[in-house]
Amino acid sequence: MSEKRQLCLSGKGVTKVFGHGRKKTVAVNNVDFEFYSGDLISIVGESGSGKTTLIKMLLGLTSVTDGEIFFMGKKRDIRSRKNKKEYWNGIQAIFQDPYSSYNIFSKIDTVLLDCINMRGGRRFPIKKKIEMMREACSFVNLKFDEMTNKYPFELSGGQMQRLMIARIFLLRPKILLADEPTSMIDACSRATILDYLLKLRDEIGMTIIFITHDMGLAYYVSDSVYIMERGKFVEYGSANEIILNPKADYTKQLLDDIPKINNPWEFSRNRRPAETGAS
Amino acid sequence: MGKIILDVKGLTTKYVTRFNEDVYAVNNVSFQLEEGRSVGIAGESGCGKSTLALSLMGYYFAPLHYMSGDIIIDGNNITQRDPNDVRKNVLGTEISYIPQAAMNALNPTRKIIRFIEDVVRAHEPKASKKDIYDLARQRFEVLNLPESTLHKHSVELSGGMKQRTVIAISTILSPKVLIADEPSSALDVTSQKAVIKMLNDLMDLGFIKSMIFITHELPLLYNVTDDIMVMYAAQVVEKGTANQMVFDPLHPYSKGLMGAMLVPEEGARDIKLIAIPGTPPNLKSPPTGCRFAERCKYAMPQCKVYTVEYNDVENNRGFRCLMSENELREAYAKEGSQ
Amino acid sequence: MKSQLKQITRSSKFMTGFILIFVIVAFILIYPLFNPGNPLEMIGLGTFFRPGTYVSVYDSLNVQRTYTLRLPEAAANRIDGKLSYDDRESMRDWLIRYGEQEGVAGLTYEEIDTYDVHALLALWWEHYTTDVFIEGMITADRRLVARIDSRVERIFEDSDIILMMYNYETGEYEEFGVVTATDYVNIREVANTIWLPLGTDNFGRDVLKQLVSATGASLIMGLIAGVIATIIGLTFGLLSGYLGGIVDDILMFIFNLFTVIPGFILLVLISFAIGQEQRGMLTVAIVIGVTSWVWTARSVRSQVMSLRNRDHVNLSKLSGHSLPKILVRDVAPYIASYVVMAFILQVSTAILAEAALSMIGLGPMTTEQATLGLMMNWAMNFGAHLIGAWWAYIPVVLVIATVSFALNLMNTGLDQIFNPQLREG
Repeated sequence: MSEKRQLCLSGKGVTKVFGHGRKKTVAVNNVDFEFYSGDLISIVGESGSGKTTLIKMLLGLTSVTDGEIFFMGKKRDIRSRKNKKEYWNGIQAIFQDPYSSYNIFSKIDTVLLDCINMRGGRRFPIKKKIEMMREACSFVNLKFDEMTNKYPFELSGGQMQRLMIARIFLLRPKILLADEPTSMIDACSRATILDYLLKLRDEIGMTIIFITHDMGLAYYVSDSVYIMERGKFVEYGSANEIILNPKADYTKQLLDDIPKINNPWEFSRNRRPAETGAS
Repeated sequence: MGKIILDVKGLTTKYVTRFNEDVYAVNNVSFQLEEGRSVGIAGESGCGKSTLALSLMGYYFAPLHYMSGDIIIDGNNITQRDPNDVRKNVLGTEISYIPQAAMNALNPTRKIIRFIEDVVRAHEPKASKKDIYDLARQRFEVLNLPESTLHKHSVELSGGMKQRTVIAISTILSPKVLIADEPSSALDVTSQKAVIKMLNDLMDLGFIKSMIFITHELPLLYNVTDDIMVMYAAQVVEKGTANQMVFDPLHPYSKGLMGAMLVPEEGARDIKLIAIPGTPPNLKSPPTGCRFAERCKYAMPQCKVYTVEYNDVENNRGFRCLMSENELREAYAKEGSQ
Repeated sequence: MKSQLKQITRSSKFMTGFILIFVIVAFILIYPLFNPGNPLEMIGLGTFFRPGTYVSVYDSLNVQRTYTLRLPEAAANRIDGKLSYDDRESMRDWLIRYGEQEGVAGLTYEEIDTYDVHALLALWWEHYTTDVFIEGMITADRRLVARIDSRVERIFEDSDIILMMYNYETGEYEEFGVVTATDYVNIREVANTIWLPLGTDNFGRDVLKQLVSATGASLIMGLIAGVIATIIGLTFGLLSGYLGGIVDDILMFIFNLFTVIPGFILLVLISFAIGQEQRGMLTVAIVIGVTSWVWTARSVRSQVMSLRNRDHVNLSKLSGHSLPKILVRDVAPYIASYVVMAFILQVSTAILAEAALSMIGLGPMTTEQATLGLMMNWAMNFGAHLIGAWWAYIPVVLVIATVSFALNLMNTGLDQIFNPQLREG
C-alpha cells in the first residue's frame, strides 16, 4: 500500500429500500465506506445481507434510495446516458454465475468486440481488433483462434470466467466489482481465476472490490475486509485484523462457525492432539 | 475393525440423456462402511457424487438406471429388488436420504407430527398416535429440538430448523445408513453448524449406525466425517481417514483438491494455491486409461493406455494410480524442494 | 441451436401437425392449377346438388358412337336405382296391412325382405290391387302406393325409346334415333360432364372449389391476425417486463382491462361498430389481431421479468448498450421459441375466431372471396342442416377442426421441446 492513498470510491449514508408501506424492506441501511485506490477490498456477508444490492447500486444498475456515492472524489452523476457510459468506463463487474453472464445466442467474440467498441475502438481496423482480442485471451491463457466461432455453452465454467477476466483486461476500468466470481466454479479452477484476477490488478493497477460469503477466500485475497450483516457494515479493517482479532460479536460468531482445518469444531471427531503434524 | 454395515461392490449406474446417450455417472464404485463410522464423498460438480448417493438407495427411476454391482446393507442385498419392495422395506429403516433442499419438501399445510406419523405408519401400520407422539417427543428431546416444533407448520420454522426437523423425521425409524447430500449448503454457517452437530449427535447416540456425507466443501467434510473418499469422473480415486486425506493425500487429484482449500485461519494467507488445469472428461465417452491423465502433472505415456485399478494401501486406505505410494511421495517431495 | 432443430424434427407431435398443415397448404396451392376458374361461380341453377358426377343428358344422346353392352345385372340395377328404399318400405307396409285385413298368410314383417327386390316385386304383383280398400290407411298413403305401382310397371317396360326432332321447315317431328335398353355411351365421349365431389351449395357453387379457396383465405386471415397479435403482445410484453416501474403498472392496467373483458364480446362489438360496409377480410383480420394479443403480452412479460435480472443483461448494460439493442440482442432471442409457440396458437385462435364471427354474420362482408366462416354462415342461412345437405357444412367443419388441431399439435410439440418439464421420458 502506498503512502498517499487516493480515495476512489466512497459512500455516505447509502440506503436502499425496496417496496413501500407495509412491504418495505431495507436491503442496505445507511452504510458509509471508503475504498482506496489499489486495494483489494472484500465485502463479506451471508446471503441476504444486502451485498449484492450494494454492488448493484455501486454499479449504477439500481437507483440509490438515499445517500451519496463519490467516485474518484467527485459526487457521482449518472443521470444521463452519456454520463453513465463514462462512469462504466471506470467501473466494471464480474458476476457470480458464469453460465448466466453470457448471451447464449451470440458468439464469444462479440463479448470482446463490445469491449473494444466501448473503449473507443469502434473504428479500429479489423486486424487491430483481432490483435487486441488475441492479446486479451492469451492473458488468461485461452486460445483466441479456438474461441472465435464458439458459443458460450461450449465452454466450461472456469473458461467462461476467465473470458470475463479477458473482458476486464480490454476494458481497463479503475474499479472492478467482483461478485463471488469463484463461487460457482470448482475448487481446482478457483485458484486459476484468483491468480488471473490478481495478475490483472497488477497489470492495469485497478482497485478490486471482492464480494464473497467465504471468509477463507476473503482472508486469502484481500487487503481490507468489510463484514456486512443485514444491510450494515458491522466491522471493517485490514484482513489480518478482522480475521485473526475480530471485535464485533457477529464476526466472532461467524468465524467460530466456519469449518476450519487446524482447529476443527469442538464436536468433530478429527480434533487432533497437538503433536500430530501435517505432512 | 467393526461390523460392516454397508458394502458396495462394483456399483455402476447410468443416466440416459434426452438425446438417448448413456452417461455412466457411477462407474464401478466399491467401498465399505463400518458401524459407527462416517464417510464423506468429495469431488467437483459433475463427478458423480450426487448420483452415487441416489444409486445407493437402491430405488431407481428414470432417467437413472441400475447397471451392475451390489449394495449390501447389513447382509441384505438391496439391488435388483422390486421398487415397491425397496420403498417399503429399505427406505427409512435400512437407508435414509436427505437431499440438499430437503427443507422445501415439507407440505406447508401439515403439522410436523403428521409427517412423522406418515413415516412410522408406512412401516408399522398399526402404530397408535400416542406411541408415535411419544417416540417423536423423546427423539426431539435428545436432539435438542423443542417439543413445540411438533405442533408447528413448516412455514413457521427458520431454514436451519426446517432442515434439522427434516433430518429428525427421516431418521425417526433409526436407519442403518444415512445419506446426506449437501444438507447444509443452502444454509448460513451458524445453521450449518447446528445441522452438523445434530448429525453428529445422531451418530453418537446410535440412532444411525453410519453416515455418508456428500459435499464439495472440503473444510466442512474434514469437520464432519471420519473418512473421506474423493471421486473423479465417476470413479473413486482415493479413500482414507480425514486426517490422512487432508494432510497427506496420495493421488495427484486429491492433492490438488486439498491444495485449493481456503480457511480463515492463521497462516492461510501464506500458502500457495494449487491449480489443476483443464476440465474433467466427458462421461459420455470417457478416455481409456487413467481418467485424470489429461490433467495430471505426473502423467506418464502409459497412463493413457492402461486401465488403472483401485489399490488398497492399508486397511481403509487406497488410491487409483499407476504409481506406487512411494513413487508419488518422491514426486511430491521433489516438487516441494524446487 | 442445431440440436434443438434436430429435436423439432424428431418430435412426432410437431411433425404430425406440420405435415398436416403442409398437406393442406399444398392442396390449396395445387388444386386451382387443375381446376381453374372463379370458385364462387354459380354453375348449378338450384340449391344443394348432391355430390356426384354430372353428365349432360343432351350430349350423351348426341355422342358419335353408342355401344351395345349386355350387362347381366342391368335390370336389377335399374330397379335398385329407380325404386328407392322408402318406396319399398311403403310397399311392404301395404302388403302387411293387406295380409292382416284379408287373412293372407306369408305377409308378415319378417317374411318380406325389402332388400330382395325380385321377391318383393313378385309378392306385389301377386297381391296388389286397387279393389281392396285397406282400413285405416290415409288417402295420401293410398295415392302414394298407387303411384309406386304405376312406376313399378314402367320399370319393366324396356321397349326402345324413339328420339324425334322438330323440323322447323316442315313443322313435323322426324325420327333421328332409337335408344334401346342395351345402349351405352362412354362418359369420356360425352362433351359435358362435371365431377362435383362435394356437390354444390345454396347458390349452386362447387363446394370443393369454394372450400379450397376459403381455407386459403382463412389461413391468410389467421396469419395476419396472428402477426398483429404477436407484434403488439411482444412489444408491450417486452416493454412492460423490461422497464418495470410505472410503465409496467400502466401496461399491466391495460392488460388487466383486456383480460377481464371477454375477448369474443369485444370482437363482436368492434365488428358491429365498424359496420357492414367497412368489414373487409383485412379489417376483420386486424380486429381479431387487435383483440387477442393480451395473453402473448402477459406471458412475454413474465418471461422478460425473469430475464431482466440475468447477469448477461446487466453486463450488456455495463457495456453501454442502448435499450433497443439490449432488448433485441439480449432479451428477444431468449423468448423467441416461446413467441413462435404463442404465434402458432394465435393463428389457430384467429381462424376459430373468424369462423365464429362469420357464423353469426359479423364476418367479412364480401361476395368476392369465401372464408370458412362464411361458408358455414351460408349453409346455416339456407338451412343446409335442415334439408340434410351435409356436404355444405360437414367438410368445412372438418377443415376447421383439422387446421386448428394441426396448429395445436405443432404448439404442443414445440412446448415439449422448449419446456423441459413437459418432456416425456
